[in-house]
Amino acid sequence: MRYLPKSPGERIAMLKDIGAGSIDDLFSTIPEEYRLERDLVVPRQMAESEIVEYFRQASANCATGYTSFLGAGAYRHYRPVIIDSLVQRGEFLTSYTPYQAEITQGTLQAIFEFQTMICELTGMDIANASMYEGSTGAAESVTMAVRITDRTGVFVARTVHPEYREVMRTYAQHQGLEAQTLPFGDDGRLDLAALEGSVTDETACVLVQSPNFFGVIEDIPAIAEIVHRKGALLIVSIAEAISLGVVRPPVEADIVSLEAQSFGVALSYGGPYCGVIAAKEKYLRQMPGRLVGETVDTEGRRGFVLTLSTREQHIRREKATSNICTNQALVALMATIFLTVYGKQGIRELATHNLAKANYAARQISGVGGARLLFDGSPRFNEFVLETSESPDQLNAQLLKQKVIGGLPLSRWYPELGHASLWCTTELNTREQIDQAVSLLQHESEAALTRA
Amino acid sequence: MAFEGNRRKVSSHLSQNESLVFEKSSPGKKAYKMPPLDVPDVDPETLLGEAARSDLGLMPELSEIEIIRHFTRLSTWNYAIDLGMYPLGSCTMKYNPRVNEFVARMEGIAEAHPYQPESLSQGALAIIHLLKSCLLDITGMDTITLQPAAGAHGEFTGILLTRAYHQSKGNPRRKVIIPDSAHGTNPATAAICGYQVENLRSNSLGMVDVAQLEQIVTEDTAALMLTNPSTIGVFESEIHKIADILHAKGALLYMDGANMNALVGKTRPGDFGVDVMHLNLHKTFSTPHGGGGPGSGPVAAKKILEPFLPTPVVVEGPPDQDGRRMLRLDYDRPQSVGRVRMFYGNFGMFVRALAYIMANGPDGLRQTTEDAVLNANYIRKNLEDVYELPYRTPTLHEVVFSDRRQTQKGVKTGDIAKRLIDYGFHPYTTSFPLIVPGALMIEPTESESKEELDLFIDAMRQIAREAEENPELVLNAPHATRISRLDEVTAARKPVLRYTPAGEKV
Repeated sequence: MRYLPKSPGERIAMLKDIGAGSIDDLFSTIPEEYRLERDLVVPRQMAESEIVEYFRQASANCATGYTSFLGAGAYRHYRPVIIDSLVQRGEFLTSYTPYQAEITQGTLQAIFEFQTMICELTGMDIANASMYEGSTGAAESVTMAVRITDRTGVFVARTVHPEYREVMRTYAQHQGLEAQTLPFGDDGRLDLAALEGSVTDETACVLVQSPNFFGVIEDIPAIAEIVHRKGALLIVSIAEAISLGVVRPPVEADIVSLEAQSFGVALSYGGPYCGVIAAKEKYLRQMPGRLVGETVDTEGRRGFVLTLSTREQHIRREKATSNICTNQALVALMATIFLTVYGKQGIRELATHNLAKANYAARQISGVGGARLLFDGSPRFNEFVLETSESPDQLNAQLLKQKVIGGLPLSRWYPELGHASLWCTTELNTREQIDQAVSLLQHESEAALTRA
Repeated sequence: MAFEGNRRKVSSHLSQNESLVFEKSSPGKKAYKMPPLDVPDVDPETLLGEAARSDLGLMPELSEIEIIRHFTRLSTWNYAIDLGMYPLGSCTMKYNPRVNEFVARMEGIAEAHPYQPESLSQGALAIIHLLKSCLLDITGMDTITLQPAAGAHGEFTGILLTRAYHQSKGNPRRKVIIPDSAHGTNPATAAICGYQVENLRSNSLGMVDVAQLEQIVTEDTAALMLTNPSTIGVFESEIHKIADILHAKGALLYMDGANMNALVGKTRPGDFGVDVMHLNLHKTFSTPHGGGGPGSGPVAAKKILEPFLPTPVVVEGPPDQDGRRMLRLDYDRPQSVGRVRMFYGNFGMFVRALAYIMANGPDGLRQTTEDAVLNANYIRKNLEDVYELPYRTPTLHEVVFSDRRQTQKGVKTGDIAKRLIDYGFHPYTTSFPLIVPGALMIEPTESESKEELDLFIDAMRQIAREAEENPELVLNAPHATRISRLDEVTAARKPVLRYTPAGEKV
């Protein structure tokens, strides 16, 4: 087996040294009736060329060469080449969690830079070293707010990603939390009157997403004002991190839970991505996950260490702030490199391109065959909701024939919106692609009229 | 102090100094170029109004060459498996094959959107389907979910399944029993799932005290969370009795699969009575640790827990006219515990784990386990005369010594670990498991050659001698690194968690 660095002779010599007659002697503590006497049913040992071929075919059996208008929590952005060059350096790729600071300063300094950039972008004071991804990050933010406030009421805007809400429910159910949803108004934003009528002195927190699941930017200052009046905390979840290039950061929030996938992380059929929690400094002791801090060595030289670990499971066990251990360090490194490549000007320019593409696409598509832009007039980033006369599933089936993946049908989560679908355009969608989608939709609506 | 030992594995060489990106930044430098905007330009202030952002704060501005050098320089400050043995007990730091990285980056795999139509995701779903069937045979279980993002997340999922199962019988029960040798994630997990943690003391062999277990298991016990082989590397020989005791009271046996590298191809948890367990693809199945993640923590379970798996589940659809079955995502699972993560899990890790299984095949997987156990026993045999072995029970894939002899000269496990760095090795796991005071927990994995093991043994023996003859040398280690021991107390008392320009306060 090509990964195993031992000759048959060496194995025999080692067994002899140990004083074992055969390798099975070393497994003698496993009761005989439980020893596996047959081969495992897994593919036979394959050559590297065969492995590559298997995955080449699997890759070909996925959507390659399609134009896509999908977003909804996973965004297609250009990934600068140097991200993969750098993260594939073995010193980053094959290193463990940096417990031994003297020989992991590379990872530690990079995480410190990551924490700093997340603070700058979100407007928060502190950020952790990462969480699994956005949905679990949002759920852990809620339990963090419950610990801080010692209250149990939780409100979640219905404009939060439906899968985030499902995860939140899974996390909350056994911790005595009462989670309720808050409706949205005709403008696609959280209904402020409903919020005002719901938040009480028993409310621990309110979780909103901005830009929300419909791509609409929530009125964070107004929401914060209502939430804080009752002493509750505001958690803002951000699923499309590129929005921070042009959208005002949620500085009024107490906790920000960010999904950083848009910062140079491949879509990869849903993961691995990179969650991160940022917060006001006063909530530091309740922050879950790893934190890297700056300090000095015995000779006064600057260095970085994992710190405040008394919050964590390996010290506090059942009293820890979370059970999280492994996080997403390498993915956070991808995000750090991405943000360094685009930098102060590039992130803004990139975000502006997204804004311009979505603005163009929304204008061109709405009106085609009676298609209507929902929540028009509300500020939005790179996604928009389209209401069509035909069902989005039918329309998408037609688009697929021309290798176009249309917007995500919303009826499974929002039946009241009728024939609505969520469209996303990023800097990677060309005008030609948008124009093609428009003409296909036009064509389809004419065909539908003829059929009628 | 000058180096005194005989260092065969490493020589010192220069490493580059490097500031923080923010300190290197200069306004106007760029490392990117956007294509010309092919749609009408927009003004964010006009479109977004009050929601528009005016400034991005302290973000860096650098050129591409500076960024390459910045991160390359940082990388050279890290130790890594690619450089040498990384014997962290419980962490299974094995070789991370490069073909795994290559195939995970193929276009149709890396660019698959989680909401793209199922008809255009058959390749991705086939990878999930095949990996599931491999992991099921490896564990001997009936059903599996790949959704959990890491080991601790798998524990969370497994205990939720346990809870849902008991709930379906009318009572979720109140307690989860956890041995004192367990990973910290176990009690933390039980707590967030709403369970009281009941501690189980290990016996004089470092194993589950079966008699005591029998006494404390009641109809209020939801599960025992057991690591097998245990954190001292010992297989629980009475595992069937343990399972019987639990099952007699309707409780479940949860297995923490962190040490699965000792079992693959030799024995199967499903056969020895485990009801539910998690795997760590980033340990046993070679996906890279990446400085602390991403991981992946599939949860395998017996049939009785199947209705409660997180949604969605990948299933085979009905056969088409050619007899081929399309794979699809099944969301219609009324008894499910719900989602534990958005989308389907850390798919990129599934790709790597499957590539690893394919490279091994059944024979390679068995040989891998055998070599891992051989290596650990070889280290044990060659160090047991200089380091105290608190439990003499035969061990599998790892060996746990204690620093009892060295502490007589004031040298502790953490000091020996730091001294090991000077010899060119990553330290073993220190001070864990808690049942061994001053533990040195060593897991070499199968990836080490006899030559590397001999160098490690030689280094450990030299350090034992140094501890005896010149303890100061060990107490002040490491001596050969860029920086010496860091002031962790100040780091925690006055946390500095982000960069601010000199003199400025956030």
